[in-house]
Amino acid sequence: MKDVRGYEKPLPHPTSLSKPFWDALRQHKVLMQYCPQCLKFIFYPRRFCPGCLKEDLHWRQLSGKGRVYSYTVIRRPSVRGFESEAPYIFAVAELDEGPRVITNVIDCLPQNIRVGQLVEAVFEDVTPDTTLLKFRPIGP
Amino acid sequence: MTIRGKVAVVGIGELKPTRSPGGRTAIELMAEAGRLAMLDAGLTPKEIGGVLVAPSVSWSPLEMPLVVADCLGISPSYADVTDLGGASAAGQVWRAGAAIAAGACDTVLCITGDVLDPKAFYEGQKGKNPPGLPVREFETPYGPMLMNSGYALVARRHMFEYGTTPEQLAKIAVDERFNANSNPDALFYGKPLSISDVLSSELVADPLHLFEIVMPCSGAAAIIVADARKVTQQGKPWVTLRGFGESVRSSTVFDRPSLTHSPLVAAAEHAFTTAGVRPSDVDLACIYDCYTIAVLIALEDAGFCAKGRGGAFVTDHDLTYRGDFPVNTHGGQLSFGQPGLAGGASHITEAVRQLRGQAGQRQLRTCDLAFVSGNGGVMSEEVALLLERVDA
Repeated sequence: MKDVRGYEKPLPHPTSLSKPFWDALRQHKVLMQYCPQCLKFIFYPRRFCPGCLKEDLHWRQLSGKGRVYSYTVIRRPSVRGFESEAPYIFAVAELDEGPRVITNVIDCLPQNIRVGQLVEAVFEDVTPDTTLLKFRPIGP
Repeated sequence: MTIRGKVAVVGIGELKPTRSPGGRTAIELMAEAGRLAMLDAGLTPKEIGGVLVAPSVSWSPLEMPLVVADCLGISPSYADVTDLGGASAAGQVWRAGAAIAAGACDTVLCITGDVLDPKAFYEGQKGKNPPGLPVREFETPYGPMLMNSGYALVARRHMFEYGTTPEQLAKIAVDERFNANSNPDALFYGKPLSISDVLSSELVADPLHLFEIVMPCSGAAAIIVADARKVTQQGKPWVTLRGFGESVRSSTVFDRPSLTHSPLVAAAEHAFTTAGVRPSDVDLACIYDCYTIAVLIALEDAGFCAKGRGGAFVTDHDLTYRGDFPVNTHGGQLSFGQPGLAGGASHITEAVRQLRGQAGQRQLRTCDLAFVSGNGGVMSEEVALLLERVDA
């Protein structure tokens, strides 16, 4: 874990709505809202399901396994703190249960990343209060 | 009920995009564009009944329509803000038509404009979570690159699903630049561009190269829409709105059914259906081009070619004003420049020029029907217009 003062990148500012997601990441779990009416996960967090408008969304754990849906390699960062990271992989990961997230694929050289690459969650504790959901390649 | 033929575009005003606005503010540029459009239409402030203004990044307080009206001496009976990101200008045109059809007024002035310093544009965004976009909480910590990373994700996915190549995307930028070299108002006028130039330019957000990405700049545009029954053009050709469509969805790139399908599918279908014409009837396509990939996907989603065939389509067709399928004859935003939301107005002003036969060196031999698309966000807000030449 890096020192909080040493972490210069933007941090998420959890709201009362998103807090369970970020709290779960700190416990190294992926939790997202699930709509029992629509039988699907919903991400980003909502007060009600945008499909059926019902409010009974349940936080449910996901496997943390998925694949790269798309990616870009960023060589000229425009977000503070990322200058020394470049080039880095900025990606959309599709979890096995369906929902997609924005993430970084780490432990992977930019020239080796591919759409469809199998990945698993990596919980990066960037400060004592914040854990980010990143992914790394697994399998073939 | 249909708007077909009921309203006309009677005036356009557009400032030459610039990197040096000379201390002028967005509101000053907007007012100047409005003045030019009124001169073009031969209308006085008293004859303008409505004002639609789009937000500017550099200057967006409340009550913009009031301020713009004040600058131009207009006392509108209809005043509103149109915010559809890059699709705002196209969205204004049919909204103006709807207001006229509803009897709110006879004539509406639609204005877009901005003052953007490319360097400040990127610097100013560093680490910001723009208000109103809750999803930034789940994106910014991972180091996105504004719109660049969003469209890069779209391009990469399109390459994966359909085998689209960097050369095919580069061809779009090259053909648009050819067009810009016949448009002295274009930011990149006099700067020829080849496919190898594009592919050897900086890979800013893989797979997108520098020359596949718009240049933020300063400028403004205004478009006047009027009741077609009141148009007197003294024998000159005029331009009517034949059809329109709009579709808005998904503020994120991750929470949407597909990264390679845009809401333009629904918007264009509505436009063509209401207009009673087909894509094959179109003489000029003015396609919103913040990035090369946006053009390629729009060509597919508007129905000019099948889904996934965009790469082959741009290779097989000459998109220049001399070609068999002219696209963005003014150079598009990629070569004309993107003065904020006025970039999306440039597709409309160019369509009007071509339909009127006023496009100078780049004038198409035949131009009776133009398709215009507007696109906001990362293919989140889409508007389609069909504009038609009517000879008096």
